[in-house]
Amino acid sequence: MTAAIHFDPIRLPREAQDLRAEVRAFIREEIGAGSIDPRAGETYSGFNPEFSRKVGARGWIGMTWPKRYGGRERSFLERFVVTEEFRVANAPVLRHFTADRQSGPILLKYANERLKADILPRITRGECCFCIGMSEPGSGSDLFAAKTRATRADGGWRIDGTKVWTSNAQHADYMIGLFRTSASTRENRRHGLTQFLVDMKAPGIKVNPIADMSGRRDFNEVVFDGLVIPDDCVMGAVDMAWKQATSELAYERSGPERYLETSYILFELVRLLGANPDARGAEGIGRLVAQIHTLRRMSISVNGMLQAGKEPSLEGSLVKDLGTVWEQELPAKARDLAAFIDASEGDRAVFDMLLAFATTIAPKLTIQGGTTEVLRGIIARGLGLR
Amino acid sequence: MTETGNLVAETTSRIFRDLGDPQALAGAKDERWKAPLWQALEEAGLTRAWVPEALGGAGAGIAEGFDIVRIAGSFAVAVPLAETLLAGWLLSRAGIAVPEGALSVAPVREQDRILLNPDGTLSGSARAVPFARDAAHLAVLAWRGQAAVVALVARAACTIREGTNLAHEPRDEVVFEKSKPLSVADAPAGLTNHELLLMGAAVRALQMSGALQSILELSVAYARERVAFEKPIGKFQAIQHSLARLAGEAAAALVAAGSAADTLSGASAFDAAVFLEAASAKIRSGEAAGKGAAIAHQVHGAIGYSAELALHRYTLRLLAWRDDFGGESHWAVRLGNRVAANGADALWPMLAAR
Repeated sequence: MTAAIHFDPIRLPREAQDLRAEVRAFIREEIGAGSIDPRAGETYSGFNPEFSRKVGARGWIGMTWPKRYGGRERSFLERFVVTEEFRVANAPVLRHFTADRQSGPILLKYANERLKADILPRITRGECCFCIGMSEPGSGSDLFAAKTRATRADGGWRIDGTKVWTSNAQHADYMIGLFRTSASTRENRRHGLTQFLVDMKAPGIKVNPIADMSGRRDFNEVVFDGLVIPDDCVMGAVDMAWKQATSELAYERSGPERYLETSYILFELVRLLGANPDARGAEGIGRLVAQIHTLRRMSISVNGMLQAGKEPSLEGSLVKDLGTVWEQELPAKARDLAAFIDASEGDRAVFDMLLAFATTIAPKLTIQGGTTEVLRGIIARGLGLR
Repeated sequence: MTETGNLVAETTSRIFRDLGDPQALAGAKDERWKAPLWQALEEAGLTRAWVPEALGGAGAGIAEGFDIVRIAGSFAVAVPLAETLLAGWLLSRAGIAVPEGALSVAPVREQDRILLNPDGTLSGSARAVPFARDAAHLAVLAWRGQAAVVALVARAACTIREGTNLAHEPRDEVVFEKSKPLSVADAPAGLTNHELLLMGAAVRALQMSGALQSILELSVAYARERVAFEKPIGKFQAIQHSLARLAGEAAAALVAAGSAADTLSGASAFDAAVFLEAASAKIRSGEAAGKGAAIAHQVHGAIGYSAELALHRYTLRLLAWRDDFGGESHWAVRLGNRVAANGADALWPMLAAR
């Protein structure tokens, strides 16, 4: 029998747990200073340039990157610790997180020396915000149906079309965008798309905020009308974007942010049920703790395998599928378990506020960054079914 | 994995492939296959992996023993290998030499209490003891007042009331009525029914994780072969997504159980880390067993419900193993109470320490 799935038994190394103490001390300071509120709920604003600069000064952005670009050459397991501590504390990391997680690594791999030397150090200082231009009005999960065109123009490429559901576009300095440079072919419908680095401050870009069902305006429509970008902003091979994604996606899919997004409601539930819950409450907590512990151990394993140079793409997809479904179901489970706690008791008001927020954002968790259905297709391919 | 670890794993796989393959057993007319399988396991020293050489065992590490158990699970083990390992572990930790032959362990439920009388005999009963009737001896955790002791008892000194689990395997009530043990020793410090159950829970979690991996492989292979509506059913998105969910459940069980095994093999005491890891492993593997078995059957259709196919040898054991050494609800209540008592602010530090 062949083992289709494989998770190495990884533990966080000593230096990662030592780093955790530093991160927690920093978080305590920032809670004191008012820049972090672990129980913010709907008042949470993830975008805080001052906070991102402080994180950068600590050396915790792009911390796995080479020192010559402002990185610290630390391990992915150390980055894991920073990511999970910030996520659990509800820290405002939006300005730097996308660049740290996926855009910076793309630049490291595909950008020329000039761009790397210019942009990467600014990312590590927390001064540079990225967004990802993938979905379009006519293509979401079907990424390779993207129609926004990049055509050869004087001095580079001219971009025309529209991206949508683009988080952070209103703040972003740059976008990593996926544009059509050729038609797809009969043999390969994924052919013809190219990744580009886009300067969001250049003329020819209009960002229109989109209100969402939670009352926030976190994502946007981005319209390109005659934007011209220089030739050296092509990231990787022209027409070949479909080949580039594999190992990068494992990082994107397997991190702690894929199961901790609503974790505050678990901590508030434990607070609300108190030191002596009835059997129903205790069982509910116990199951949730066993589940989150398991997800976390899976995530650590994938990150450890990536650190070791392996390509656990199937395992990364499994973490995101299980993790996002879990964090999505968590508010509903917490609601059931809290049902018999009287409204006048303890922290019920805070719990209810957080529960309402978690319930409202829950639907997006299994959509953003690749839907459950797309992930299960990828898992099926990994199992040899496609 | 160490080189010895690899050798142990390879030996275990080879013996089960040759003598305990579930598909071959599904067609067997009697149980004559059991003796050669057991003999091969004994001769390879696998049944005594957790017993030091000085006490008659193979002296393998805790990690190697858990490997044996996981691989046995991946073959839907139908002999008391895990129970003999566990009994050997309990006896040897109390310094009692471990006899030849199949063993089992009692109690396997938290509420069952066996007493060591002032005259040196045992009283009480333990329900749902796995393979009790097949064991020559039992390793018993008993109480002399407030002190835990470990006793080695011949099965013949006890009354066995036969019962079975879902897979028709022995889950017997063992009644001690002034039963005279062969030897008695103080239990190691900190070892009570709770810790014995935790170790048993980790063992069953490993077995379940192995079996889940096997039903995933069986189900994927079946979906690639079985043609319906003019193509292999594995080409249908509905089936692909079911199998993706089964893969997720198998992965969760493998990681949770593997993490518990790793923790126990490095632990010097049954501390808070062991409790979190072993309890979580039993809870999550048990949940995965229920969900995973259902998916595997749905993918297989009617043939999977037949006696002819080996799938039921896995699924019925998966469902039955959930109940041994404390089920999901049992451990979830214990874990939840612990988390609640420690308070909300202690939960994340507890998780993050692992």
